[in-house]
Amino acid sequence: MKYIEYMQLNPFQRFWYNFSTAMKAFPGKVKAFFVAIGTLIVNFFKGIGKGVAAYVSRFIKGDWATKLSYIIMGTGNFSKGQYIKGLLYFLLEIAYIAYMIFFGWGYMKKFPTLGTVEQGMQINPATGGYELMPGDYSMLILLYGVLTIVITAIFLVVYVVNTVSAYKIQQSVLAGEKPATFKEELKDLLDNRFHVTLLAFPTLTISVFTILPLVFMILIAFTNYNKAHLAPGKLFTWVGFETFSEIFAMTEGASKGATFIELTKWTLIWAVFATVLNYLFGMILALMINKKGIKFKALWRTLFVITVAVPQFVTLLLMNQMLQVDGAVNVLLMNLGLIDKGILFLNSTALIARITVIVVNCWIGIPYTILITSGILMNIPADLYESATIDGAGPVRSFFSITLPYMLFVTTPYLITNFIGNVNNFNVIYLLTTGGPSTENLYQAGYTDLLVTWLFKLTMNSQDYNLAAAVGILVFIVCATLSLITFNLTKSAKNEEEFS
Amino acid sequence: MIKSYKLKRGLANGFIYLVLSVLGLIWISPLVYLVLHSFRDEGLATVSYLLPKTYSFKNYIDLFTDTATLNFPKWFMNTLIVAIFSCIISTLAVLMVSYSFSRLRFKARKPLINVGMILGMFPGFMTMIAIYYLLKAMNLTQTLLALVICYSAGAGLGYQISKGFFDTIPRALDEAATIDGATRNQIFWKIILPMSKPIVVYTVLTSFIGPWTDFILAKIIMGDNRDNYTVAIGLQTMVSLEFKAAYFKRFLAGSVIVAVPISILFLFMQRYYVEGVTAGGVKG
Repeated sequence: MKYIEYMQLNPFQRFWYNFSTAMKAFPGKVKAFFVAIGTLIVNFFKGIGKGVAAYVSRFIKGDWATKLSYIIMGTGNFSKGQYIKGLLYFLLEIAYIAYMIFFGWGYMKKFPTLGTVEQGMQINPATGGYELMPGDYSMLILLYGVLTIVITAIFLVVYVVNTVSAYKIQQSVLAGEKPATFKEELKDLLDNRFHVTLLAFPTLTISVFTILPLVFMILIAFTNYNKAHLAPGKLFTWVGFETFSEIFAMTEGASKGATFIELTKWTLIWAVFATVLNYLFGMILALMINKKGIKFKALWRTLFVITVAVPQFVTLLLMNQMLQVDGAVNVLLMNLGLIDKGILFLNSTALIARITVIVVNCWIGIPYTILITSGILMNIPADLYESATIDGAGPVRSFFSITLPYMLFVTTPYLITNFIGNVNNFNVIYLLTTGGPSTENLYQAGYTDLLVTWLFKLTMNSQDYNLAAAVGILVFIVCATLSLITFNLTKSAKNEEEFS
Repeated sequence: MIKSYKLKRGLANGFIYLVLSVLGLIWISPLVYLVLHSFRDEGLATVSYLLPKTYSFKNYIDLFTDTATLNFPKWFMNTLIVAIFSCIISTLAVLMVSYSFSRLRFKARKPLINVGMILGMFPGFMTMIAIYYLLKAMNLTQTLLALVICYSAGAGLGYQISKGFFDTIPRALDEAATIDGATRNQIFWKIILPMSKPIVVYTVLTSFIGPWTDFILAKIIMGDNRDNYTVAIGLQTMVSLEFKAAYFKRFLAGSVIVAVPISILFLFMQRYYVEGVTAGGVKG
């Protein structure tokens, strides 16, 4: 369809046209997404294949010292005069082997079963008495098993680097160069290989305190670690996808499946309302503040923005107290004579609590939108509005025909990140209602619980660790898909070299 | 014609002033309530009228002197210590990661950036349970050190904003310095950092504010060890059922004490905050 034809359509036809083209493009986009993932995986294995090939060819072409450093790390460097470097490689190998013998292997051995000996009353062979004997501690086996895997992975990288280094130094000696001294290598770490120096520490901490726990939690989702199998008293073991089928299983009463569906629905409703309302009203307020002829702009802006500046937990705890039955809001309403008795905003019915939560979130979120959008709103070319006014458009018409399309175009990524943020909005729900009003109809959850607060309650209150981990994975899948879409929309990743 | 246009504009502006005043009042009144009632002398937790009748500094004085059950000054010092240490470590980590992703070119750069992005997508506290057990295995739970570790360990993942800033510094500067014989290390300290004062200030402030406002991680790690609480969980304890009647006014006073400095810091750096959030969007 040509542009001129499009312009002749009425708004409904235009909407239908846009909608249908988007729908037609959708399968293509999905296909492109999976093709991209497929290529990624293929490239990954190709990379591994290449790496192995290079590894083998280095071994074949290497001299005796290089070949020996495939077994005893550092010999290649040592034989060519790089004593300290060679020694460091060797010590690292010794340390790894010692770790595996004295610590890691014991846990790795039990990793496939997560322990077989249950804690219980047994005859103690040492004393001969009938005592409580410690059994296998499944949780620690899993934790240290993952730790051992991470350490092994790091060691493998160092090992391969060692073979590369041995081969390289052999080449340079053949070419008649003098091998770099340890001092020169250290200097190089501050110059050509500065990234190694800079990234070593953050990578280490992130591996231990982000990646390790993440892998651990993902694995927990495939075990039966719950209150019936609490370590160290009981053992737990691998159960495959059983936990996930438990989430989707529909049984009578307050089943996990019903709770999951109910909370997913509410999480989505909440995220849509919290995002859209804050966005629209925030933008309208920002427009009002920035309108030509309005005075004291800085005052109005500060009035709203100050609520962003106050730490969220303070405002949320305060709001929670103000909404209590004897809190300030009820006092105000009673003094005005609107009601005789305090309203239970947060813990009477599901509907009232949910509306209250959304309204309070508006109070918290709208200033954010004002803060973020003010600058962008100022960038909309003024002549657009002028010509619209000349054509007879009122402020409402200008808003929906100029401001909103322009803003949607520019801020879609912000909107999506905001939406994801709301799906994960733990603080607002937990500090405001703690998920309440509580109910018998849901498993370990109240009516305003989001999936993330449910996850928290499952671990803290009912010790359904496996269920919580599975819910976390599902939330991740939703968020990651949305993030990937956002990432494709923003071109900032592609033109990062623009300024350099 | 001109007169009616002026009248119309005047009416529109009047309407806007009205809306802004009403909404402004709604937005600011909880905070006014917070400040006024933190000075309230009479009554227990709540009173059946809006404006306090008598004012005094009693709540503030009690907050800092009556420390037998709930020790606010201790919590304040705890948070300050944790904030200072995690601020130093996280700032270093963030600057190191963002500098190497922005200015240095090496093979693993793209894969590492992607891994960082994926790690950022997991719900943050999904890992908290595992972190708790990890710390327990290290015998660190309920200590301030654990908090410092938690706040600063993953800090390197928040490199995007400062990387965006470093990206805008012309590479010609690096090249000129390299020709003059400077190493990458010297370029980082002597050229890039002095030019990046705003982003360094922003990173320092955000990582300093973090521990003051974080709630959930501190709660999981500290459990019932009230001596090592930070202000956030401490203040929440004050309004729990057990303490609310006696401590509500002190809760208000404590909130004011925490909120005022942090609000001032935020108002100073709101420009960077906005730039950080919208950076991805405007370019697209």
